[in-house]
Amino acid sequence: MTDRIPAGDQSPQDLESVLIASDTAGLPASAHGQMGSLALPEEPPGPAGSPEQAMVSPQDLALSQQQGLEPTARSQWAYARLRFFRHRMAVLSLLVLIAIGFVAIFAKQIAPYEFDELDLDNITSGPTFADKHLFGTDLLGRDYLSRVIFGLRTSLWVAFFVAILSTTIGTTVGALAGYYGGIVDNLLMRFTDLILTLPGLAVLLTAAAFFGAGDPLKVGLILALLFWTSLARIVRGVFLSLREKEYIEAAKASGASDARIILRHMLPNSLGPIIVNTTLVVAAAILVEAALSFLGFGIQPPNPALGSLIATGQAEGTDLWWLVTFPGLVIVVIALAINFIGDGLRDALDPTQRRVRA
Amino acid sequence: MPDPILSIRDLTVEFKTEDGVVQAVTDVTYDLQPGEVLGIVGESGSGKSVSMLTIMGLSPQATIPKGEAFFKGEDLLKLPPKRLREIRGGDMAMIFQDPMTSLNPVLTVGDQISEAVMTHNPDMSKGGARDRTVELLQIVGVPFAERRVDQYPHEFSGGMRQRAMIAMSIANNPSVLVADEPTTALDVTIQAQIVEVLKKAREETHAAIVLITHDLGLIAELADRVVVMYAGRVVELSDVFTIFNEPRHPYTVGLMNSLARVDMEQEWLQPIPGQPPSMIAPPPGCAFHPRCSFSNGRLVCRTDVPALRQIGDSALHVSRCHFAEELEQAHVVAGAAALEEA
Repeated sequence: MTDRIPAGDQSPQDLESVLIASDTAGLPASAHGQMGSLALPEEPPGPAGSPEQAMVSPQDLALSQQQGLEPTARSQWAYARLRFFRHRMAVLSLLVLIAIGFVAIFAKQIAPYEFDELDLDNITSGPTFADKHLFGTDLLGRDYLSRVIFGLRTSLWVAFFVAILSTTIGTTVGALAGYYGGIVDNLLMRFTDLILTLPGLAVLLTAAAFFGAGDPLKVGLILALLFWTSLARIVRGVFLSLREKEYIEAAKASGASDARIILRHMLPNSLGPIIVNTTLVVAAAILVEAALSFLGFGIQPPNPALGSLIATGQAEGTDLWWLVTFPGLVIVVIALAINFIGDGLRDALDPTQRRVRA
Repeated sequence: MPDPILSIRDLTVEFKTEDGVVQAVTDVTYDLQPGEVLGIVGESGSGKSVSMLTIMGLSPQATIPKGEAFFKGEDLLKLPPKRLREIRGGDMAMIFQDPMTSLNPVLTVGDQISEAVMTHNPDMSKGGARDRTVELLQIVGVPFAERRVDQYPHEFSGGMRQRAMIAMSIANNPSVLVADEPTTALDVTIQAQIVEVLKKAREETHAAIVLITHDLGLIAELADRVVVMYAGRVVELSDVFTIFNEPRHPYTVGLMNSLARVDMEQEWLQPIPGQPPSMIAPPPGCAFHPRCSFSNGRLVCRTDVPALRQIGDSALHVSRCHFAEELEQAHVVAGAAALEEA
């Protein structure tokens, strides 16, 4: 977690160390930039080594800074970015996910047909380039590629809705519990435990049946209300350790309010675990939403969702294999991609991990 | 004598722990005059920091403070949290011990200082706060303040960070500055620089400084008056010259004798024998008697808690020893010489 001093602390990155380095080299700081050329004989005998030059003048210092001799300052985020982009699978996954997201957003423009458009000449045709039915058609002659694309759109929408809502709830609950402790902590955490002990799928099915799912918004809401618990616990743990940090005490001593300390000082320090957890929630939400729809309690036909597409497809057995395979593949690809991204983010945002992954 | 700016009366602080109630601070009473530097010395766990943290409302929630702490006429221990927050970092600011951990690693140094500025000046613009931040960094001697203001704490060295912390503490021209072991976590060379910065900060703000430390050298360098604490109680209080030249409490004498000296040939340092007492069950009578070399097993030391009483003619010198007068004959050389050095 983030309860350690960032590794950046140990790096001798500041001005003083640069000054010391240039002093011991016996050169004015300005000479460093042309270190190579100093060896040349025609170079006028520089001020190197002469005693009155041992002191670094402000002008020299300014020059050394213009020449960029001072190591470039990097924030923690810059290091995180660097580490993330060295994680090949994560970057690849990010590209894949961006592409998938693009397809989902522009489904109307990209899908060759409407999701409920019938092509009665081509009922249950296999994947073919003819008539642009790349993924084949279903029992009613609807273009399956279009249905998968629109299904993808629904599923992704639900997943991100769940991710945002559950992250908000989980972070808020965890932050309040961790920061205030005592009774607040006890009440919130016992409530979290309660939600956590509920058998997930049973509650989902009951809730879906009771509230009448089918509406992506309702499905998302139900999922979000069940998915925030793990994040609440993580954030509480991070906040408990952050609360004891001296810089939090220093912030208090400078008169910062509770809200300010939570939002400005503690939340940025816990962003790592929160972001990682959110990516995992996205993957889980897609899978659970697919399961719900598969069981018939999720998104209702004719609106396609990846899960319900598989559900209708599996009724037809192996003859119409494309009905199960394509939406299944899409689910696998999304879930894999998001998990890889989560993996990359976890490595990137762990400040104790200075090593950059190859 | 002018009215004290901070007046602590009978402050008692208890912690509830698993093992029992810890009596961290007992009946502490002292005044802080405007503009003076009051040193508070004592071993670890003697209640030096706890007393100040408590009156600033920064001690853990499990503490039970009693007594009064008047700051400009307001009792800090009874103020609502909101008012206390206005005072903290405003008129009364704090410098912490370890600059390596006292700055938030995800915010730039400038952000953190301007936050302190803007918290207490809500009307100030962002640009105004930034200008003030640069000015503050220049006051405390951070080179290239305009550039360094945008750097992160990990790009600052320990000394620079402590300068930044001092800049933050004087951001709102406090009238009381609490420095909690400001040099303990630093290299010796950096310590000397930070002492200079503290002096500069004092000139700049005319603040009274409460200097919590166990570094007697720092006390000799900066303090006007000294409070010596032992086992949660004030055991001696006087001006810095008297404390070093004529200590009238065996514990203070012990502290002076345990100083390393450069001007005298010393084969061994004289430590105070024994360990600081447990604060859950402190020894009966004078808390120092088990380690005291002047007590000689006298009964009164073991039964009665000595009162803080005036020594000699000056009402400004008080000691909590039954036999303070006997110490007049005791040879106390170390302290006096140490002061001359400073």
